[in-house]
Amino acid sequence: MKRLLNRRRRQRLRAGLWPNATALVLFAGFVFPVYWMFNTALKPNSQITTEEPVWFPSSPTLEHFATAVRAEHFWSLVRNSVTVTLVAVGLALLIALFSAFALARMRFRGRKGVILTFMIAQMAPWEVMVIAIYMTVRDADMLNSLVPLTLFYTVMVLPLTILMLRGYVAAVPKELEESAMVDGCGRTQAFRKVIFPLLAPGLMATSLFGFITAWNEFPMVLILNKDPGAQTLPLWLSKFQTAFGDDWGATMAAASLFALPILLLFLYLQRKVVSGLTAGAVKG
Amino acid sequence: MSVQTDEAPPGVRSTPRREQPGGEPHGRGGVRSRGGLPYLLLLPALAVTALLLGWPLVMNGMLSFQKLNMTQLIQHVTEWTGTDNYSDTLGSEDFWRVTLRSVLFTVVNVVLIMLGGTLVGLLLARLGTRMRLLLSVGLVLAWAMPPIAGTTVYQWLFAQRFGVVNWVLDAAGFHSMADFNWTGGQLSTFFVISLLIVWTSVPFVAINLYAATTIIPRELYEAAALDGASARQSFTTVTLPFLKPFLLVTTFLEVIWIFKAFAHIFAINEGGPDRLTETLPVYAFVEGVGNQHYGMGAAISVLTILILLALMSYYLRIALKQEEDEQ
Repeated sequence: MKRLLNRRRRQRLRAGLWPNATALVLFAGFVFPVYWMFNTALKPNSQITTEEPVWFPSSPTLEHFATAVRAEHFWSLVRNSVTVTLVAVGLALLIALFSAFALARMRFRGRKGVILTFMIAQMAPWEVMVIAIYMTVRDADMLNSLVPLTLFYTVMVLPLTILMLRGYVAAVPKELEESAMVDGCGRTQAFRKVIFPLLAPGLMATSLFGFITAWNEFPMVLILNKDPGAQTLPLWLSKFQTAFGDDWGATMAAASLFALPILLLFLYLQRKVVSGLTAGAVKG
Repeated sequence: MSVQTDEAPPGVRSTPRREQPGGEPHGRGGVRSRGGLPYLLLLPALAVTALLLGWPLVMNGMLSFQKLNMTQLIQHVTEWTGTDNYSDTLGSEDFWRVTLRSVLFTVVNVVLIMLGGTLVGLLLARLGTRMRLLLSVGLVLAWAMPPIAGTTVYQWLFAQRFGVVNWVLDAAGFHSMADFNWTGGQLSTFFVISLLIVWTSVPFVAINLYAATTIIPRELYEAAALDGASARQSFTTVTLPFLKPFLLVTTFLEVIWIFKAFAHIFAINEGGPDRLTETLPVYAFVEGVGNQHYGMGAAISVLTILILLALMSYYLRIALKQEEDEQ
């Protein structure tokens, strides 16, 4: 009996070997570029421009981060990126909350059409529309301003925000709201006191996606805000290498600074990332 | 840390967000609304969408019928040219070459992403808890990488001097690759771009596919095993049919995403060398903004949007049908 068990275990071990080995190789492959970014950012120059790569930063240094941070306009670009992202996400959440409530809790003529509209809007090819957007903004004489950028980012993240929030609103049991209304709350009050607190986690998860979209956006800022002080971090990063020659250490430090918040957010919210993205991207 | 299963991917989800089973259908609930309230609540969202998404689309259409080069731009004059931009574009060899290139680029990348993603997702389903966690952390890191950070890192990985890829190839015996300039040729540039796109897109497919496999009822596998099905048979008769709707919808999403990809392609080499890696969105940008033929650029972008619309309508049909099937 014992021998049989042992043999089974050995068989299972052997059967488990291949998947595990493949998983390790894949893990290494997927992580390597990210690892190499941090690795290069932390190595002194003498370990970057070597004939043979230095695989582990044996004498880590922060000098490249210092170079990146001291680059011209760095802090105003951080401020631009943060402002644009936070305001856009905040605005989108506010606007979306009303729509999500209507779509999740009310029946009315044209409801399906509205949902379809947002599903289509979510797939809007913003990348291909930049010329028209440029002309619109130019005619309004607002190039190099953060206002149009913020507004367009709001609309960019709005459909997904609505579609996701709709799910979260619908998940709050209707009975709670009804009993609050029976107890004498008005609808607004019931919403504020009963639904809203229950929605908080959903709002968090939803805002994450808006945050990522707005933080990463590239084509629009590329065409709208050419002024060095009016750019956002992605545009700055895309030109960093040209500006700093072949200073790969500093370039990777800049990339790390830009990517780190997003990487941490994703790891922290992995579960919601998965369910939310599919829910929003495909469903509605 | 593993994947949440109560809100599984499209098509296969048990729809927790819709009417609860046994619950009252929406319309007869206590919160039935009459009058304009829902429209009032929807107004802000619809208004800003119409203004900031709808208007640029209309503008795009109008620009495509104008001659709008540097002179007209500076002097703020509107010069209508009828369908000249379209006949120029459709008559030019360049446009068709770029279109064909975009299609090929999309097909190759989507095939690689869907194949790779499916295999990795099935692998995730087979792994033990700890290995699955490890691999999914790796996947999430690649997935989360912002496009422009990704392009910068790949430029460094594939750098001509001191790039780690060239070093590895050299060490592996391909000495001619020691100083290879990856962005110097069309195919090698596309190789870098595709590797980057596949690397960052596979995790989405893999993790969601894994999530979809977790909601396949165990009993089905047991029943298949009782009927004497081999591992392969239970895969084709149980796993595949369950994953089919997911695979269909995801493939279409990827087609749309890859076809309109801009940041990755543009940031790696700005469509170069010699404009040989321009796909339609980059082509529209370079023609319109780079060469200051804004009207032409607008016409190209309208044509691109039309292609995307055709793809999207097909996608929406599938997605909507799946949603109806669930109800």
